[in-house]
Amino acid sequence: MKIRKDFPVLAQTVHGKPLVYLDNAATTQKPQAVIDTLVRYYTTENANIHRGVHTLSQLATEDYEGARGKVRRLLNAREDREIVFVRGTTEAINLVAQTYGRQNVGPGDEIVISAMEHHSNIVPWQMLCQERRALLKVVPCNDAGELLLDEYEKLLSPRTKLVSIVHVSNALGTINPAKQLVDMAHRWGAPVLLDGAQAAAHMPVDVQALGCDFYAFSGHKLYGPTGIGVLYGRAELLEAMPPYQGGGDMIRSVTFEKTLYNSLPYKFEAGTPNIAGSIGLGTAIDYVNFIGLERIAAYEDELLTYGADRLSSIEGLRIIGTAKEKAGILSFVLDKVHPHDIGTILDAEGVAVRTGHHCAQPLMDRFGVPATARASLSFYNTKEEIDILVKGIDRVLEVFS
Amino acid sequence: MPQLPDLPLDGLFGQVIMDHYRNPRNRAPVASPDIHAHERNPFCGDAVTVDLKLDNDGRVVQVSVQSEGCSILQATASLMSEALLGKTLEQLLQLSGQFRDWMQGRLKSNPPELEPMQALQVVRQHPVRIKCALLPWTALEVGAQGHRQAKKFPLLPL
Repeated sequence: MKIRKDFPVLAQTVHGKPLVYLDNAATTQKPQAVIDTLVRYYTTENANIHRGVHTLSQLATEDYEGARGKVRRLLNAREDREIVFVRGTTEAINLVAQTYGRQNVGPGDEIVISAMEHHSNIVPWQMLCQERRALLKVVPCNDAGELLLDEYEKLLSPRTKLVSIVHVSNALGTINPAKQLVDMAHRWGAPVLLDGAQAAAHMPVDVQALGCDFYAFSGHKLYGPTGIGVLYGRAELLEAMPPYQGGGDMIRSVTFEKTLYNSLPYKFEAGTPNIAGSIGLGTAIDYVNFIGLERIAAYEDELLTYGADRLSSIEGLRIIGTAKEKAGILSFVLDKVHPHDIGTILDAEGVAVRTGHHCAQPLMDRFGVPATARASLSFYNTKEEIDILVKGIDRVLEVFS
Repeated sequence: MPQLPDLPLDGLFGQVIMDHYRNPRNRAPVASPDIHAHERNPFCGDAVTVDLKLDNDGRVVQVSVQSEGCSILQATASLMSEALLGKTLEQLLQLSGQFRDWMQGRLKSNPPELEPMQALQVVRQHPVRIKCALLPWTALEVGAQGHRQAKKFPLLPL
């Protein structure tokens, strides 16, 4: 597979075995092009942006804003100013909670999330609800890990001030019917934030077609550097929101009596941002576009089907998350073996999977397991690697027979 | 091609550990224990309950250690349970401290008290699993310290 050559990390052995990297939902590996971009940036044009008249500052500013344009096209947002650079999905959600949330949510109001949220799409809302004496409502899911839309409908009301739901579940792989969720919330006038951490790198995302009001994702799960992420917000909402953090770059003028805030998106980008990270993310987007998100989605789906078939043929193995619409995530438990033991034995076979609660403890409770082992796929994975995973699980069962 | 060191697994899921994992010792509950502690690791759901009964001299006369979770945790809990009989609170805490130091590589030589637990030596090669082996000892320490506090500050009779 030619693509694998673009990812230097993959050409390694771990414990004497070729590395089989199946922890892509935690973070993806970086193509050489992204690594080269970081090296080039720091080697030739490192400077602060938006404030220097010197050449390097202009170059850095151009590349930084160029990356914003790439993100806009990736999400098909209307305007560049609707793209706010943040540290990651977590910060994006906190930003909305602390600005839009604090401005619009009051006592007795409700925020709707779902049973399959990552802690980062639970805790910021709990904090807001506690502060504002508002209520958190949770859309339940069925045993396959699909949201119950009837129940969702029942939770919506004029009290619903915001809906924040995951686009693709990190622990189950469920692809939620985002457009439908958005449309239903809009009937009640509630804006919708979609947590796209597990979606953006695996399928085409069109925020205009989805109709969502906010969309968040992390660069490092899209083959980019860590510490850079994106919040998309509809300009109209972002304009009306108060700033998130105060500082340099987010102001138009400052006196000790009064500060005028900067225009979008700079109002939300206080302080020197992650310039190198943003530019690196821009390259990662170029790389993903070069392969094509449609192709990526189709290939990963083929791998998922193959993996699900192979895993479900193992006796005593239960796949957690069997939604009809599913992305490349295989969460599983074995009858008699704790996930940590699975993880350690697989590691000795060179296979990297995540074991634990995947920052989704309420979801683990819902499925009655303390933790799962999770293999999460990328376009650089192969059927041969899934065979190695299956062989590794056989080894686990042998040790624990 | 860069190489990470080979990782010997056999010891980790070796005979002694798997035997204690499959047939954990001293699991039967103890009626009205003097020392009781329950500890959990929220990241993996592992849990240990330690119950000890003391005689008038403050020595352990009955032991119950119940654990739920991975093999390393359960084997350690079982091996620990075999080392507690006849010990005073101070001796329990000393043993626990020695075990911690041993796991975290702070001991030059192995004290004889840890001899029966030599099978756990291999856990030290798996740094992420050391916390599994420490959970039962944490429960033991919490229980022992709680008992000591209660002794120092007994509840006033009503």
